[in-house]
Amino acid sequence: MTNLITVDHLCRYYGKVCAVNDVSFTLAKGEVLGFLGPNGAGKTTTMQMLSGNLAPSSGQITINGFDLLDQPNQAKRSLGYLPDTPPLYKELSVQEFLHYCAELQGIGKNAITQAINHAQERCGLTAVSHRLIANLSKGFQQRVGIAMAILHNPDVIILDEPTVGLDPIQIREIRALIRELGQDHGIILSTHILTEVQESCTHVQIIHQGQLILSESIAGLNQTMNTGSLQVTTRLPADASLLLTIPGISSIETLANNQLKIYYHVTDDPTRHIAETIIANGWELQELTPVKKSMEDIFIALTQDND
Amino acid sequence: MSMILTIAKREFKSLFLSPLAWTVLAVLQGLLAYLFLTQVETFTLIQPKLATIDGAPGLADIVVTPLYGNAAIILLLVTPLLTMRLICEERRNKTLSLLLSAPISTADIILGKYLGSLGLLLLVVVLVTLMPLSLLVGGELDWGKLAANLLALVLLVSAFTSTGLFMSTVAGHPTVAAMGTFGILLLLWILDWSASMNDQRSELFEYLSILRHFQNLQSGQLSSADISYFLLFTATFILLSIRCLANDRLQK
Repeated sequence: MTNLITVDHLCRYYGKVCAVNDVSFTLAKGEVLGFLGPNGAGKTTTMQMLSGNLAPSSGQITINGFDLLDQPNQAKRSLGYLPDTPPLYKELSVQEFLHYCAELQGIGKNAITQAINHAQERCGLTAVSHRLIANLSKGFQQRVGIAMAILHNPDVIILDEPTVGLDPIQIREIRALIRELGQDHGIILSTHILTEVQESCTHVQIIHQGQLILSESIAGLNQTMNTGSLQVTTRLPADASLLLTIPGISSIETLANNQLKIYYHVTDDPTRHIAETIIANGWELQELTPVKKSMEDIFIALTQDND
Repeated sequence: MSMILTIAKREFKSLFLSPLAWTVLAVLQGLLAYLFLTQVETFTLIQPKLATIDGAPGLADIVVTPLYGNAAIILLLVTPLLTMRLICEERRNKTLSLLLSAPISTADIILGKYLGSLGLLLLVVVLVTLMPLSLLVGGELDWGKLAANLLALVLLVSAFTSTGLFMSTVAGHPTVAAMGTFGILLLLWILDWSASMNDQRSELFEYLSILRHFQNLQSGQLSSADISYFLLFTATFILLSIRCLANDRLQK
């Protein structure tokens, strides 16, 4: 399989500040790459460089076999880019705006209407197609942005925080759309929400202070974080020392009187044992919830590994 | 080439989506119509005297030339307002990345923007030209003079627009762009005054002055020096704009 994007030792300095430091990766067709990092990690800078909006200080970007610097127009033709702020002309209607975008992308006159209709259907914009973008809600504006990025059916789609400002239902729809698009395109998606990556991506990269600290498939990511945690609430106080004897549990933290946080190894899931023990001792189980990992946990896990 | 026209068309249409273009056209037309009618009245008053003089100035000299001269000064004030938003506003609204990530070159973007806003100013010129043409109902015009004035004004607005576009590419805020454009244009306009006030005339200042070249063309002397002054002026600012926008990608 040929690579849609090859990024080679990419660096970017703003003055003396290094925003992106020696980042290299590849993206193949059918991959959805989640670009994960806290604010200011260099996600947007990398995206801007990939889309040709920003020149790298050093390094090389190849899109679909074309060097972004030497043959920018051929390279950009295979690229759909949605920046963190969707670039919308608010005084235009959705239809007019997409028409303009289609012309800019060099779509032939005969194909424009079909391309617009297709993009509008995919992003659920058909009903609002004649309304002014300025009057649309933020969620719909975001969708217009996505429609703009997929309009010319590019091989590579770059989405910079596409679900920011959307309501939960819209987020689900957008994620489904991304998964669907991911089947026959290569997608790069930046976000700072971990669940988003877990739900819609096939690969994940974590960038921290301009450096890639993890580049893995989703399965690999789950393995990297081999500890999980459970939150347990009982009506009567539970005996933590008794719970600790259950195989697989590494440590227990008392959160409140009857509330415990139990850490365990993923390889040896003790959930059933815990429930049985609590019931057998008559502590009256009220809550047993797996705690989702936050970005912070992963960072801590990763940086600890590196030390 | 088709991309340039696509951008130009969008820019031109967008101008008419806001009240700005309509206001500019209405106000300019109102002001110039007033000035035009004043000139026509002057002409009717002094016409009997003129008839007795041999080789006296005609309708074109008394009505057309001052009309285009006035139009030039008013456009000097208005062009900065029309061009200030061209690139500046796109950058502020972050819509510039739509153009930058599309498969088009920086030159296409700049030329498209240039032609789009020039379109509106050419429309102004056309509307101004309708006024002297209305005189044909009851009189005759010196076509050569009219054509010379028309050419002078077209070249002038081309130069004004290119300056405005450049300032809009450089400046971070539209009003700064407008002020900068106005400053450059007015300075180049009045450069000639200081040159002629002193006894010793500076040839450099005289050459740089927009007014001098504009008046030369208006008088009907089509010299290549004047025409190439405007063409060079326009080309320089367009090239600077392209360079400047390309530099955006290198922002430090």
